[in-house]
Amino acid sequence: MNIGQHISQEYNDELEDLRNQVLSMGGLVEEQFSDASQALLNGKIELAQEVSQLDYKVNAMEVSIDEECAQIIARRQPTAIDLRNLFTIIKVVTDLERIGDESEKIARFASELLTDAKSMNFYKNLKHMASIARNMLTDALDCYARLDAKKALEISGMDVEIDAEFENLNRLLTTYLLEDTKNIESTLKVTWCARSIERVGDHAKNICEYVVYVVHGKDIRHVDDKEHKE
Amino acid sequence: MSNNTGLELNQELESTVGKPLIEGKSRISCRNVDVFYNQDAQAIFDVSVDLAKNQILAMIGPSGCGKSTLLRCLNRMNDTIDGCVVNGEIKLDGENIYSKEIDPVLLRAKVGMVFQKPNPFPKSIYDNVAYGPRLHGLTTNSSELDDIVEQSLTKAGLWKETKDRLNKPGTGLSGGQQQRLCIARTIAVKPEVILMDEPTSALDPIATATIEELMYELKSSYTIAVVTHSMQQAARISDRCAYFHLGRLVEVNDTNTVFTNPEHELTENYITGRFG
Repeated sequence: MNIGQHISQEYNDELEDLRNQVLSMGGLVEEQFSDASQALLNGKIELAQEVSQLDYKVNAMEVSIDEECAQIIARRQPTAIDLRNLFTIIKVVTDLERIGDESEKIARFASELLTDAKSMNFYKNLKHMASIARNMLTDALDCYARLDAKKALEISGMDVEIDAEFENLNRLLTTYLLEDTKNIESTLKVTWCARSIERVGDHAKNICEYVVYVVHGKDIRHVDDKEHKE
Repeated sequence: MSNNTGLELNQELESTVGKPLIEGKSRISCRNVDVFYNQDAQAIFDVSVDLAKNQILAMIGPSGCGKSTLLRCLNRMNDTIDGCVVNGEIKLDGENIYSKEIDPVLLRAKVGMVFQKPNPFPKSIYDNVAYGPRLHGLTTNSSELDDIVEQSLTKAGLWKETKDRLNKPGTGLSGGQQQRLCIARTIAVKPEVILMDEPTSALDPIATATIEELMYELKSSYTIAVVTHSMQQAARISDRCAYFHLGRLVEVNDTNTVFTNPEHELTENYITGRFG
């Protein structure tokens, strides 16, 4: 986009500061998800603790960014791209905070699943899902930083892969459960972890959709891929 | 705009973007209007736009962009300026308002105007409103005139405040009340269109809100065009919004589009405070 600076330098600074805060929050959430995945899949339980620690910071950032957005809306009455930008920031931080929550859930299950040999059978599937979700999150934040709507549209399409993997894992888990009902507990825990990873993909997809909204002013939520491309 | 210096027109403006024309539903239609203040000074370039019935069109843009000039063309107020030439075509209900058969005085009764600064006559409240109907011979019957005054003041939201002091001078009212009196005066001659040139820029926020509410009520009976420097006001009250830049009409779109996702970069830059 070829949009210049505001006449008010203070307004420019406020928006730039908000943007930087969102990107910092994104960095923390990426770290949370990465730590949670490693705690679960590589047995690095000490990282699970860090996920909880980071969650305090992430939650505080969400509150602070929302408050600054409210102040800017009240004082500056933003319009057009500034309005879309602020609206997007409010939405993005909500998604980021929820990714943080999902990471915390994964980290909590990590220590429990570590002692459960049966659940190891499904780590390969979980790893694949987590890998796609992590890439999606990183790319979504990158698209937000660069306001790259074209790439954002591509990245949002990757969610289908996670959903497919999640379905696949669910089928495996159902079979596993039918074989022996003693497997209920470990099956449920793996399901919850998979569900959390799948949700991270959904939130990353949301961020991509907001990028398209900022750049083009088009709301592409809840429309199918064919319409997206149009 | 790649720089922040302001008003350079460094983007081609071949035609107005958005939806300037609304064929079939327009009350006033302007086609290819050029306005010159003298041979060398062109104020408006090739403007084509329609004003829809029962809608408010807000005209916004930086100072000197031509929005007031165009507004004043719509009831031939520019005729009063020496050397001002209007080319192109402006029609009211399909009739060219610049044709020789049109009497500008009668035109201005059909297309009324409210100015930036409230300008009541130095007469009583009653006579301010009754002046137009008397001048245009709308009635000779005093009880009919009383009715017109009451209806006009009621429509302008001023009846309750003035019914017991109709013989007091109009100039004794507050600024907001004076502006509503001017609107009542405009309405009294039964216009089709009301033009407003920054009607609230001299008023406080409460009086402004009252006028805006009045405009909202009036649009069910009239076509309204308003020039405003307040982007928030344009966003609040208008159905369609026209952005002017250096005498060109850059964009006309419905107000929601203009304030959330304008089509033209110049509109975007102006309404977001990137120059002005």
